[in-house]
Amino acid sequence: MEAKTKDLWVFVETDNVGKARNVGLELLRPGRELANTQGGELVGVVIGSDAEEAVKSATAFGADKIILVDGPEYAHYTTDAYVDAFTTLVEKYAPTTILIGATNLGRDMAPRLACRLRTGLTADCTGLAIDEASGNVAWTRPAFGGNLMATILCPDHRPQIGTVRPGVFKKGEPDDSCQAEVIREDIRIPEGRIRTKLIEVIQELGAELVDLEGAEIIVSGGRGVGGPEGFEPIRELAAVLGATVGASRAAVDSGWISHTHQVGQTGKTVGPKLYIACGISGAIQHLAGMSGSDCIVAINKDPDAPIFKVADYGVVGNIKEVIPVLINEIKRIKS
Amino acid sequence: MNILVCIKQVPDTTEIKINPETNTLIREGVPSIVNTFDAYALETAAKIKDVMSGTKIVVVSMGPEQAKTALKECLSVGADKAYLVSDRAFGGSDTLATSYILSKSVAKLEELEGKFDLIFCGKQAIDGDTAQVGPELAEHLDYPQVTYAVEASVEGDSARVKRECAEGYEIIEAKLPCVVTVTKPAYEPRYPTIKSKMAANKAAIPTLTSQDFEIDLQWAGLKGSPTKVKKTFTPSLKKENIMIQEETDEGSGLKLAQLLSDASII
Repeated sequence: MEAKTKDLWVFVETDNVGKARNVGLELLRPGRELANTQGGELVGVVIGSDAEEAVKSATAFGADKIILVDGPEYAHYTTDAYVDAFTTLVEKYAPTTILIGATNLGRDMAPRLACRLRTGLTADCTGLAIDEASGNVAWTRPAFGGNLMATILCPDHRPQIGTVRPGVFKKGEPDDSCQAEVIREDIRIPEGRIRTKLIEVIQELGAELVDLEGAEIIVSGGRGVGGPEGFEPIRELAAVLGATVGASRAAVDSGWISHTHQVGQTGKTVGPKLYIACGISGAIQHLAGMSGSDCIVAINKDPDAPIFKVADYGVVGNIKEVIPVLINEIKRIKS
Repeated sequence: MNILVCIKQVPDTTEIKINPETNTLIREGVPSIVNTFDAYALETAAKIKDVMSGTKIVVVSMGPEQAKTALKECLSVGADKAYLVSDRAFGGSDTLATSYILSKSVAKLEELEGKFDLIFCGKQAIDGDTAQVGPELAEHLDYPQVTYAVEASVEGDSARVKRECAEGYEIIEAKLPCVVTVTKPAYEPRYPTIKSKMAANKAAIPTLTSQDFEIDLQWAGLKGSPTKVKKTFTPSLKKENIMIQEETDEGSGLKLAQLLSDASII
């Protein structure tokens, strides 16, 4: 299809109570720059149920305009309802570019949307720019498990769409005095059109929610922790820092900690302010999942461990000795 | 149950090394494997076959002739029939074109093997890492989809799928036929036996080309791909870093805490 406007859309993903998840708010920041270069408006797209809170957040984080689709059928994400609604919006307003967070939800919805619109989609981008020669968005993304980066263009189809890795872009500062025009689109999905049914949500480990993607600090353990009991000091360090516990594939595969903690290619991709890797050698698949962190601290007894290549601070030493000292010092500094 | 599993032969990305002088990927000597997540998808199908007698599993791969090696591996661990979809006109396809070609081959495969109740894919290929072909295939076929599955079973006319989501897991029921993409489950794929390996080696794997099924080639290959690769490069991982190795580990720990505190990181 042809773009009717130069607008850039950011999908503002909501959670089950209609609040904006971080990723959409993060994307408003690079979205603003791209929209300015493209000469269009920055539009937040909110789909949910009782999602006024998300509209407020998207406004405070700088959207010029919000398109809101609100209804009970959007309370829980379903591919059918969300893709139908999103397609209706795109067909009506025809933006030039759409950014969607590369969460499980975003990566479920975006390919289906792009396919229905017969347009190009670039997955899990970590870099966004405008290609000077053509004016298209230049989407940069890792492939081959992080061994290779590729820059992709979608020259002849609109909208150009990309999913963007959470945590790569940092949220701006919210400004409650910001105003945005809110367009309410009443899109009803007929019963029977939604072909999947949510039977149950199983929260991981009862109350313990492992939100690695949204974490500001992560303390991760790898093979070097030595066993399930080796995660105790890791958890303690995480507790004093207010951090989330992560793990390498080696630790997960050994059965020392559950898969929901896994960082890396077959686990979660994270971008915290501080990432502390304890006893993790740094296989490329792990680096692919965490090298976007602002500050990386690595503690490992092998001075040649590849993790040190991406670390800002590297400690060559035994984690069993280093971590307890670190915990005590942090406690002391904090008090 | 009649199940189709889509697989891809990929280089084992865990074996890829970077040439430190040219900063390029060393592809020579890297073994080709069945994409890890596709092997999980096949195992998920095989687990359904274990409990539902009369289940047939067909595997299909789009790729060059050598992908038959990967298809044979699948035949040795649960698949009953294998087909290769291969044509020069399919080369250079992005995910939209690939999923289109696969969707068109499904019609032909159904003529040969009967209607599929379930189509499994791996969540993503470990070389491209896009996770787009499964959902795009579902869209071309207009089937419901469930992505990031860790378990799947069949109950009546629906698939019951446990999938990863932001909160942990969801149990989803999807009307058959549907597409399910599989991430790392709690179990490992089964191993072949000597007998199953020998049988797989002897099995004939038919190749379907653009002549064998109805397809509009303007949607296939480079021409049919809206996305174009502008450039590729190896990421630079080198960073200016501060290394700490004091006389004792205790000293190193103290120094680290001090540096992090001085830099206002903690």
